Amino acid sequence: MSTIAQQGAAEHRMPRDHFLNAAYTIKSWLLTMDHKRVGLLYLFSISFFFLIGGTFASLIRLELATPEADLMEADQYNVAFSMHGIVMIFFFLIPSIPAVFGNFIMPLMIGAKDVAFPKLNLMSWYLFIFGGTFGVLTTLLGGVDTGWTFYTPFSSTYSNSNVILAGMAAFIAGFSSILTGLNFMVTIHKMRAPGITWFKMPLFVWGMYATSLIMVLGTPVIAITLALMMVERGLQIGIFDPALGGDPVLFQHLFWFYSHPAVYIMILPGMGVISEVIAAFSRKRIFGYDFIAMSSVSIAVLGFFVWGHHLFVSGQSIYAGMVFSFITMLVAVPSAIKVFNWMATIYRGSVSYDAPMLYALGFIGLFSVGGLTGVFLAIMGLDIHMHDTYFVVAHFHYVMVGGAVTAFMAALHFWWPKISGRMYPEGWSRLAAFLIFAGFNMTFFPQFIVGYLGMPRRYHVYPEEWQLLNIMSSAGATVLAVAFIVPVIYLLWSLKNGKIAGPNPWRATGLEWILSSPPPEHNFPTTPIVEEEPYDYGEIIENPVHRDEEEKEHEHA
Amino acid sequence: MSVSTEAAAHGHEVHDHPEYMRHQFDDMEQQNDAANLGMWLFLLTEVMFFGGFFLGYSIYRSEYYDSFVIGSQNLDVFLGGLNTVALITSSVTMAFAVRAAQLGKKNHILIFLVLTLILGLVFMVNKYIEYSHKLHDGLIPGYNFLWTGLGDGQSIQLFYSFYFCMTGTHGLHVLIGLVLIVWLLIRVWQDKFTTEYYAPIENFGLYWHFVDLVWIFLFPLLYLIGGLAV
Ligand code: HEM
Ligand SMILES: [Cu+2]
Repeated sequence: MSTIAQQGAAEHRMPRDHFLNAAYTIKSWLLTMDHKRVGLLYLFSISFFFLIGGTFASLIRLELATPEADLMEADQYNVAFSMHGIVMIFFFLIPSIPAVFGNFIMPLMIGAKDVAFPKLNLMSWYLFIFGGTFGVLTTLLGGVDTGWTFYTPFSSTYSNSNVILAGMAAFIAGFSSILTGLNFMVTIHKMRAPGITWFKMPLFVWGMYATSLIMVLGTPVIAITLALMMVERGLQIGIFDPALGGDPVLFQHLFWFYSHPAVYIMILPGMGVISEVIAAFSRKRIFGYDFIAMSSVSIAVLGFFVWGHHLFVSGQSIYAGMVFSFITMLVAVPSAIKVFNWMATIYRGSVSYDAPMLYALGFIGLFSVGGLTGVFLAIMGLDIHMHDTYFVVAHFHYVMVGGAVTAFMAALHFWWPKISGRMYPEGWSRLAAFLIFAGFNMTFFPQFIVGYLGMPRRYHVYPEEWQLLNIMSSAGATVLAVAFIVPVIYLLWSLKNGKIAGPNPWRATGLEWILSSPPPEHNFPTTPIVEEEPYDYGEIIENPVHRDEEEKEHEHA
Repeated sequence: MSVSTEAAAHGHEVHDHPEYMRHQFDDMEQQNDAANLGMWLFLLTEVMFFGGFFLGYSIYRSEYYDSFVIGSQNLDVFLGGLNTVALITSSVTMAFAVRAAQLGKKNHILIFLVLTLILGLVFMVNKYIEYSHKLHDGLIPGYNFLWTGLGDGQSIQLFYSFYFCMTGTHGLHVLIGLVLIVWLLIRVWQDKFTTEYYAPIENFGLYWHFVDLVWIFLFPLLYLIGGLAV
């Protein structure tokens, strides 16, 4: 398996001035207006939350290693899975790719000097931290036990845990997300450099646009829903409480009206990353650009009309259920379009297997499994059997971890040289990619089986006959945990010791790669003019240039 | 790669732009367009936000129509109507303030912003009076709600829950608007705006019209269910 990194022979020097050495004070970070630094602030913060969420996950898997309750009581177990879900979804996965790489890379890709509203951008981060503080406080005070879905009337009346604190955490983080989405949409509309028309934007930018649309349209609804739930808990006013004349299913409708589109907030950015990586490491123009771009938008739009598939067994009308079932299956079409286009891009490309590409290939497989099992769940009759079993848990982990987190790792490895100016050790990075893939499948594949056999989610005990599958899962989780620690170590190591990357270590197309690594403080000295299409790899395939010659060409330019 | 980093058509020298132009933009047109689009998107998020209320309201109104009529007829149509007039008028004065900003007439901007401020205050004072009556009558859901009249107290309380949540959130928006007007007044006073740069006034105008518009929906939906009770 050859890699592009192996072919690199030329020596590079670090640029003299870049955004990282522009200033070193704490203040220059905490009051920064630079989108690149804001992106890194997010990277640190979400890594912290990933660690917390991961700790809760380890506790869950530890408890489930045996059928009996040995580590936790039922109540403590409820807290563990609730905190795991809340932290991972609201404080890691939703901000992950958009807030880190959307902030850092997207303005570079469109030739902008910054996002449209840099102050607002910084404010988003502060809101995120403010919400995160509530999240940490919730944890310290004993957590919350409602599940990440906060279903009423349990959350509004019966739960004895810190529901309001946790609700506030998600509520405030939501505003951070709204402002980020708004900022990105304006940036993409108004800040593109001359020549970058809508259909010449890199596909990552399309992904960001579709994601922002959902953030802007959907997040206010979860805000109002959580607000009403908290008011109801505080005052017992009865909007969602059947004992007071309210309707708990209304809460579910409102909750999923946001939270189903929110799953596309998590996956669309990842799909954008994969399009970039696949093209760069197949050295080929992306296949079906228009289709990939438009499928992002249609996923975002369709995603608003399928929320009822979470309510098949909640007393929703069966006719509504049929419509929701049908539209849900429709979403699989644009998703599949993307997968086929990526495959067609790889086909007859000159593929190299650097770490980002390994993650991208993993993504295609794991996302396909996750998406297809989603179609199973969209079938109403089948869902009556599988709803609230481990089958659902496996489904959404295949899309969220196998898909979104894998794409996050791809992005991190693809753009790390751009961000830090240094390469990470190749062998280790590929080993970690394999370990994550293996550990992931070991953890979650058995859950499909045990869920199909009927094991319900959210219980800390189970019949003995399911222990083998659960042990496999817990063992896989151990591999996965180790596999996530490895990149932390070598990435930190590379900051000092990595080989100097140079502007374009992957020989990729795109405006971000013509800048020095790390990029200068104000990105482009003057607004660039772009003449050609994105993914102009055609030339490279038709008459392969020797790497060193190409390097020289770059230096002259 | 044939990307040129030559200055683009509207590229500029680094130091030739006015202090109110932010560094990330190429020219004032781009900056103003961005600000406008940002405000429209923000209002879109507000529509979705209030949308949650309106949805809940519609469902319970159709489920407990009779109770909603009773609850509604207990509201003070006169004060509500007065508030409607106050807000609509304030939208007019706000529009004049924006026009004055376009023309660069500082005194007119100040006058119209102050008028808008006063009308907004009238609204808040009326709201305060209404709320204190409700408090006095024991009509605050979850706090001192006690229904002694005809009808089903529980679903009437639901009506009042919506009344307070919706008008409360709306009132919060008015309050934020008033704070922003004061901020704008200071900026106008300090001559921060020009005929080229008045986007904050214009966009605040959009916000204020939106807040007005929400009230125009709230008033009939809350005060006039089942027709005017005279
Ligand atoms: C091909 C597209 C997809 C289809 C057809 C689909 C379908 C479904 C269905 C029908 C359910 C409800 C199962 C039940 O509760 O009984 C479900 C649950 C879920 N899906 Fe998907 N899904 C798709 C993609 C995704 C993606 C991309 C994500 C996230 C990145 C995701 C995350 C989730 C989550 C988190 C749940 C469970 C929520 C909960 O109850 O806690 N899905 N999916
Ligand atoms: Cu869903």
